[in-house]
Amino acid sequence: MSETLNYWLVIVGILFVLLNIAAFLIWVERRMLALWQDRLGPNRAGPFGLLIILADTLKLFFKEDWIPPFADRHVFVIAPAVIVISVLLSFAIIPFAPAIQIVDLNIGLLFFLGMSSLGVYSIVLGGWASNNKYSLLGALRGASQMISYEVFMGLSLMGVVMLSGSFSLRTIVEAQKDYWFVLLQPVGFVIFFIAGIAETHRLPFDIPEAESELVAGFHSEYSGMKFGMFFIGEYLGITLISSITVALFFGGWLGPAFLPPLAWFAIKTAGFILFFILLRASLPRPRYDQLMEYGWKILLPLTLLNLLVTGGIILFLNQP
Amino acid sequence: MATLYIDNRPYDVKEGKNLLETCLTLGFDLPYFCWHPAMGSVGACRQCAIKIFKDENDTAGRLVMSCMEPVGKETRISLDHPDAEKFRKSVIEWLMTNHPHDCAVCDEGGSCHLQDMTVMTGHNYRRFEFPKRTYVNQYLGPLINHEMNRCIQCYRCVRFYKDYAGGKDLDVYAAHNHVYFGREKDGILESEFSGNLAEICPTGVFTDKTLKQHYSRKWDFTFAPSVCQHCSLGCNIIAGERYGELRQITSRYNGDVNGYFICDRGRFGYEAANSVDRIYQPALKEENVSLNQEYIINDIAALLSTSNCVGIGSPRASLESNFALQQLVGNGNYYSGWSDEEHRLNKAALNILQNRTAEIVSLKQIEQYDSILILGEDLTNTAPMAALTVRQAVRKKPVENAQQNINLATWHDAALREYIQQRHSDLFILHPHSTKLDEIATQVSYSTPHEIAAKGFTIAAAIDATADQVIDQIATSLLNAQKPLIITGTSLFNEPLLAAAEAIVKALKKRGKQPGIFITQADCNSMGLAMMNVPPLSSAFSKLSDSTLIILETDLYRNLSTEKADEIMNLPKRIIVFDHIKSTTSEKADIKVPVGMFSEADGTIVNNEGRAQRFFQVFVPKNEWLKESWRWLSLLKALKDGKAIDENLSISNIQSTLVEALPQFRGIEDAALSEDFRLNGQKVPRAPHRYSGRTAMLSNENVSEPKPPQDIDSPMSFTMEGYRGIPPSSVTPFFWSPGWNSVQSINKFQIEIGGPLHDGNPGVRLVNSNSSITPIDFEQKTEKISLKEFEWQLVPVYHIFGSEELSAKAPAIAELTPKPYLGLNQYSLAKLNLQENDMATIEHHGRAYQLPVRLRAEINNEVALILFGLPQTAFFVKPVIIKIRPASNGITNNNSKHE
Amino acid sequence: MLSIIRSIWLTFLHLFHKTETIQYPEEKVQLRPRYRGRIVLTRDPDNQERCVGCYLCAAACPVDCIALQATENEEGRRYPEFFRINFSRCIFCGFCEEACPTYAIQLIPDFEMAEYDRQNLVYEKEDLLINSQGKYPGYNYYKVAGLDAGVKGKGEGTNEEPPVDRHSLLP
Repeated sequence: MSETLNYWLVIVGILFVLLNIAAFLIWVERRMLALWQDRLGPNRAGPFGLLIILADTLKLFFKEDWIPPFADRHVFVIAPAVIVISVLLSFAIIPFAPAIQIVDLNIGLLFFLGMSSLGVYSIVLGGWASNNKYSLLGALRGASQMISYEVFMGLSLMGVVMLSGSFSLRTIVEAQKDYWFVLLQPVGFVIFFIAGIAETHRLPFDIPEAESELVAGFHSEYSGMKFGMFFIGEYLGITLISSITVALFFGGWLGPAFLPPLAWFAIKTAGFILFFILLRASLPRPRYDQLMEYGWKILLPLTLLNLLVTGGIILFLNQP
Repeated sequence: MATLYIDNRPYDVKEGKNLLETCLTLGFDLPYFCWHPAMGSVGACRQCAIKIFKDENDTAGRLVMSCMEPVGKETRISLDHPDAEKFRKSVIEWLMTNHPHDCAVCDEGGSCHLQDMTVMTGHNYRRFEFPKRTYVNQYLGPLINHEMNRCIQCYRCVRFYKDYAGGKDLDVYAAHNHVYFGREKDGILESEFSGNLAEICPTGVFTDKTLKQHYSRKWDFTFAPSVCQHCSLGCNIIAGERYGELRQITSRYNGDVNGYFICDRGRFGYEAANSVDRIYQPALKEENVSLNQEYIINDIAALLSTSNCVGIGSPRASLESNFALQQLVGNGNYYSGWSDEEHRLNKAALNILQNRTAEIVSLKQIEQYDSILILGEDLTNTAPMAALTVRQAVRKKPVENAQQNINLATWHDAALREYIQQRHSDLFILHPHSTKLDEIATQVSYSTPHEIAAKGFTIAAAIDATADQVIDQIATSLLNAQKPLIITGTSLFNEPLLAAAEAIVKALKKRGKQPGIFITQADCNSMGLAMMNVPPLSSAFSKLSDSTLIILETDLYRNLSTEKADEIMNLPKRIIVFDHIKSTTSEKADIKVPVGMFSEADGTIVNNEGRAQRFFQVFVPKNEWLKESWRWLSLLKALKDGKAIDENLSISNIQSTLVEALPQFRGIEDAALSEDFRLNGQKVPRAPHRYSGRTAMLSNENVSEPKPPQDIDSPMSFTMEGYRGIPPSSVTPFFWSPGWNSVQSINKFQIEIGGPLHDGNPGVRLVNSNSSITPIDFEQKTEKISLKEFEWQLVPVYHIFGSEELSAKAPAIAELTPKPYLGLNQYSLAKLNLQENDMATIEHHGRAYQLPVRLRAEINNEVALILFGLPQTAFFVKPVIIKIRPASNGITNNNSKHE
Repeated sequence: MLSIIRSIWLTFLHLFHKTETIQYPEEKVQLRPRYRGRIVLTRDPDNQERCVGCYLCAAACPVDCIALQATENEEGRRYPEFFRINFSRCIFCGFCEEACPTYAIQLIPDFEMAEYDRQNLVYEKEDLLINSQGKYPGYNYYKVAGLDAGVKGKGEGTNEEPPVDRHSLLP
């Protein structure tokens, strides 16, 4: 009984914390972006402008929930939910701490890859259902970007899998007791992180949105909380990629004992989240063809090479 | 065909035209000032300089004025040659040394040829530092404003006013670099075409004074192609609106009708649309209360379905409106608003056109006829633009002679006028009194209308007889002419005149000639109403008692004597008047319903030559009552029949039912493009692309902008959104093309300069040939009128300003309307023992009216002239015999309270 | 690649820079005289309205938020019968000021004109007209224009010859 309760508590707790983090990121991102741009950012509502989160959420809830008459109604409504659900499901396999993990799947990594691929449906369906040329262009870009980057996202992780010998995230974290995999798999890490940015279509890879070209792309026609879902989905995506990166390459919850494991995990994840924001503050958006070229012509060969070398070394070291 | 090399590129062009118009036809932008397509070249402004080369080896070339140089077999020119460009730029710079810094307060600004040409040549900075020349302006009357400082001495104004339109009182004074264009002293311009100065003047010396009262720039207007409603000629006009008010009329080029110009009545009569006499609210007479929509819908509809309805149509309402009324009351209950005389006259006019003995001549085609006989029509005052074309027609023969004898091209204006001097081809005028055209006539005779008709029959007989028996000068001239033309009309209310005209054309035809016939009528849709073939008012009498009478846009008191009109008005149980302006009839009606005037309505009218022309709504008035009559009547018909009201009833719906019911109107749908027409999927915008103030003009009422009105009747939008480029001619709301903001941009809309518009001149001629050839009837249908002692034949005299019902309501026109008078000759005055300006008493139908007398020396002893159409002379509706005696004290009448 | 890392690093360093933000409304900003804020209509040196109702500002306005109607007094001097700017549409681009041939319409360094009700952003002539010549003191359009509108007679303006005697043929 208590185990079930505990189980539920973990699920509800994680859900609660994640959604709050996503909301909190609204403020974090604005303040950090402002600081990197020599501004102050939102500082009026509440202490340090923290209440901007509340204001923003209220605004999103009270905005007119407009469904364009020319849109495909049902698909239009479903699309934003897809991204939030798929990202939240991915968190099921993240080991936040030795005791905090919803489910330790032995194919956790594959589950993560699968779920993140599902996220693209949100963009494609949203763009398609909007029945608007910019949205459709955004959706098409989103789809092709996802397909391209998904390929080596998966491949870049294979090095880690080879090193740990498991798809289970818990096992992978525990395999980093001695040294973090980022040391053994630097190339894998970089490629995974780049693919992760593309996966969450964050700047500089926000090609599906590209407000200067596509007037917000796939979510041009969305308003109110439907837009809010895309918004939250994006922050959840950042958090997810950061957590995964921490779990796979930076030893997850592992760290000196003066802090609890969860704190270590949170600190590392926060660092990556901030890095995401720093990227947005510093890098311009590449052209669409440049993005594709970069993916297929540079990153993919590099990943394969990385895999080959890792495999070779492992074979060499494991020689009886 | 000749080859013209422009900057070494060959073009196939017509030989003999001048280089300027050829270049403009080819689409090149070449600046000019003094040249005008209708007036030819004089080479005065030196602005259209180009380089011409001897042959392909010639690189130096020489500068020539392109307007003065004909196109040869193989001509090589350069427009872009640096010498020519520099020359043109310098000329503008010289012209601009004295041009004031006035554009902000100049009415021409934004549609100014001088601005366009200055920009075109690239002059942008005044280097000349010395003082500017100034002039004192003149008062030129209520129509035209004078600001002489702006003059660039192109001479276009006097060339138009004196040479083209035959005016006497505008001329050039002083000399050298300070010539002055104006009158000898301040005063009202006498010409009926003075308004064209505003369009002729390339800058702002002469501007539209009525526009000044409510000034807007060209780019701020909402324009629509329209048709003038002030006489039967149907000149094409552009009507402009701003802030819900009709503000300007300009001429709209139509190569078949009015060409480049319109008369002052057409240009300045528009203010009737903003007059205080407009009907704005539906009202009941007795309670004098405003009615609401429900009353109209329920009570009037109930009234119509319970009682028998009689409808009276109108010669100044559109075909669609007349037809809608006919549909509402039923075919047998629908009558024209005409008296029996008018009915017969207009039928006779239609018959002559339908018989097709003669060519039906369009207004502009008059210019091609070399011998013209005017039978009892004062064109200058009843159909002013016809007078202007007649003035051009009499130059035809001498111009041809010049071409043959000294090989002078028709566009060589100054040389031609020098060569021609006062010579002109034959023009004969038979009229009761002198007219302005007399000065260019070969022979004029003044007699009573009946004598004119008799004379007409004599001429016909003389033509019909064998050649050696022809002794009459008029007959001889008509027979010898290449193209003889007979002009007559309905203004004298004399049917035999029309019969005589028909007899003459038949006789000419018999002698193998191709005569032309041109018949003017009273109202803008007289011909359309005649074609509807409905009985006149008098036939309605039997049905009127206890009926509901619906009167459409007509004033019975103008067409019938007061007694007769009163009789009609007293018979019905209820009278409903649909009209846009107050009249005696509307004030006596039980219910009056406001309708839209031409600027607020769509419709088709048929002009005197049987040409159906469409006028388009210019703007949607704020007052929702101002709908087209046909919309009101169709609504009532739907209610009467208990059918659903069609909210989207468009003009083409009603036109298709019209054509089905009245097949003689087949073709009116083609008078303009239907509302489904789109260019690149877009409507044609009524407003220019730089239309300003859209987000502020209504924001005082509500800061949220309203949805722009939709036009279900035409392929045009009421806004600036839509197709950019040259639209089809029937839906061209205004003339503008890049770099050509002034009216001169018309060049870009024509196939060739002075030729038809790009997809043909709009309008469809409806009158079809009626193949039966009737024998000539030389029987003089004129009855000899016998007058008793102190009896005179009252003959109407028309005045361009005042004789027409609608334009007379415009303040500027009203200012120029003459005082009513009774015209008598010396003999009559002596007989009555009266001096000029004495009061005379006219006895007619047992009533007495008083008018001052005026000496008209030229008229016949039996004739008394009276100014037609003024409120003070309303008792007079057709030629009658009257008794005149000197006014004695005590006898006055309500109808003659003139002073 | 290196340049990307470098720009990330340089951006990161901005964390330690001083921020440029001015904490309006506690701190006020010092604006330049040519700042494009509130639009006003100025007056001539003779204290009459400078605007002659030429419609150029309305035509230049990219958002079409200026509407006016020109009219004339009995001396022929033009002035706007009404002059309306819909500030809820205005983008303060200053094209109207550039287009104005009489220096009548001017943008001044005042931007504090927010309203809770959009309707209050519609300014009529009474709201726009100020009792000052603005940035161009001493200028009077009618002194340099040829027109006689009661300000000066024909030939009495700047750089003008006396009116021509039209009855004379002398050079």
